[in-house]
Amino acid sequence: MSRISERFSALKQAQKGAFIPYVEAGDPDYETAMAILKAMPDAGADLIEIGMPFSDPMADGPTVQAAANRALKAGANMTKTLQMVTEFRKQDQNTPIILMGYTNPVEHYGYERFCENAAKAGADGLILVDMPFEEMDNIKPYAQKHGIDIIHLVAPTTSPQRLKKILKDATGFVYYVSIAGITGTKTATIQALQEAIPQVRAATDLPIAIGFGLSTPEHIASALTVADAAVVASALLKTLESTLDQNQNPTSETTTKVIQHTKRLAAGKQNVHK
Amino acid sequence: MNPQPEFFSNHGKNSLRQGPDSQGHFGQYGGIFSSETLIPLIHELQQAYAKAKNDPEFQKELTYYLKNYVGRPSPLWFAKRLTEAGKGARIYLKREDLNHTGAHKINNVMGQILLARRMGRNRIIAETGAGQHGVATATACALLGMKCVIYMGAVDVERQKTNVFRMRLLGAEVVPVTSGSSTLKDAINEGMRDWVANVHDSYYLMGTAAGPHPYPEMVRDFQCIIGNETRQQIKEIEGRLPDTIIAAIGGGSNAIGIFHPFLDDHSVELIGVEAGGKGLDSGETAASIERGSSGVLHGNRTYLLQNEDGQVTEAYSISAGLDYPGVGPEHAWLHDIGRVKYVAINDDEAVKAFQDCTTLEGIMPALESAHAIAHALKIASTMKTDQIIIVNLSGRGDKDIYSVANYLGVEL
Repeated sequence: MSRISERFSALKQAQKGAFIPYVEAGDPDYETAMAILKAMPDAGADLIEIGMPFSDPMADGPTVQAAANRALKAGANMTKTLQMVTEFRKQDQNTPIILMGYTNPVEHYGYERFCENAAKAGADGLILVDMPFEEMDNIKPYAQKHGIDIIHLVAPTTSPQRLKKILKDATGFVYYVSIAGITGTKTATIQALQEAIPQVRAATDLPIAIGFGLSTPEHIASALTVADAAVVASALLKTLESTLDQNQNPTSETTTKVIQHTKRLAAGKQNVHK
Repeated sequence: MNPQPEFFSNHGKNSLRQGPDSQGHFGQYGGIFSSETLIPLIHELQQAYAKAKNDPEFQKELTYYLKNYVGRPSPLWFAKRLTEAGKGARIYLKREDLNHTGAHKINNVMGQILLARRMGRNRIIAETGAGQHGVATATACALLGMKCVIYMGAVDVERQKTNVFRMRLLGAEVVPVTSGSSTLKDAINEGMRDWVANVHDSYYLMGTAAGPHPYPEMVRDFQCIIGNETRQQIKEIEGRLPDTIIAAIGGGSNAIGIFHPFLDDHSVELIGVEAGGKGLDSGETAASIERGSSGVLHGNRTYLLQNEDGQVTEAYSISAGLDYPGVGPEHAWLHDIGRVKYVAINDDEAVKAFQDCTTLEGIMPALESAHAIAHALKIASTMKTDQIIIVNLSGRGDKDIYSVANYLGVEL
């Protein structure tokens, strides 16, 4: 059983939802991102998404864009991103790591080489925001070979027929993009989620995560009343950004504040019993 | 001559004109690389376009606007004095600069905006680099009473002030984009972000033959009127096809428009001119084919300027319309199969050609088009005097006088 399925089934038994915070690899620098990543499981992360920085993150709002820019300026690259996973695995063998990013850096690195090295480093899942189902054959064979789950995104615009097609052979979990829009901008209403998630549920037995637009413990709680996991990215990156000095360098507060915020968000799931 | 466009004719099995495949691929290039939220919209667009192009009413409507509003056909001008200066082949200029709004961009805009109207969308989003596509889009929106939002890199807003004001006069909202390198690629990112957030009422009007399928095909089809007219005109004037056709390439829409109708005429040499910027190996260039490698950006796989980590790098050219780090996917394919030759012209050569064309022909070309003219002047003397070069003069140069003045050290 993969780390992802193990984690979700354990949470199911405990009647709990999953909280998935996001770390941008190398933001604001390698060491700080690493310290945040390492502290996340104790702060309440059930799974962790690591963003692979890209120069042109088309699906992201200003907060994630800025994070990617800071990381790239500080020297982030694919090798260092995978190195973060390797280093994390030395202390934690159970928390699933999902790598999230855009097609080009992965294609450039090489699909097979990427899947092999990501698996070796200890990553469990991969989200390529701009690689739709129709182009998945680029990477799927290698992901399967090396035991990386390709996490499929579905959106409010995805029709029921398309949902079925996308989720037919999906593994890991499903990522529901809860708003038509970019990350960290608007938030879906609970009514919209209550309508949408059962449709996704009808097309798959996999756990469903909700992301894009969740920023408070309350959002997490309400997302978890209908879905199995809640992803928060921009809100944490905003906190990180607020601690940086004028040269965008980390300060003594950076890791602490991000982790405190992670804890507050994680508390959002405590009152939801599944 | 009959301006009836032949965009939509079918081509035989061995034709180079039959691409892309149903998923939008030209060989390994093209495709659809977009976030899931947009995919259903992109599929809807594919269907709407497929339906429109087979609808005689749509063709009739488009033809009406192209003839009576855009002013087509555009002339094919024999450039006698440029020919003399080139000391060789006869040089013709396809005068896309004479279109309404001063560039080839309006051909595509008219097609797409009529499609948007058929699809019931009344808010148009577009990106612009030099501002020509933005002006064309704002113009068509004014004509059809549609809301228009133009994303433009902050750097381009600065160097193309007159076009910005022109768009605003036309009623468009111009949004300066400060993310990334603040140029065309970032304007496309921002336009796509707007589209994904406003999928219910908005239409993304891509200005070049790039982006997710069906844009590369659709933009090409709408620009093919350039090549179709050229073909007919040169036959009327010279009684034969040209030896060489030259066009400038940023994203590559004017080039694909004039090349495509000649792809199966193997006697016709096709040359795409990329912006060399300060030199191909200066690190300040926009030559994505000559100095880039295969990658995925803005919804398609194509040649990209990128670093060793797959991060897209900044493109540079004196011409705001050419400094795009990618190129349309069909060009990437035409390069690989060797049907089109791609070369580079640097800033200095382009400015020289801008001046030459202005003083010798009384035609001030856009700096984009000046790249193509420069290459024509470069090779004309290697050809015989009875050979024919056609240059796609894709736009007029009024918008560039500030850049040129700045380059020449003249204060205006």
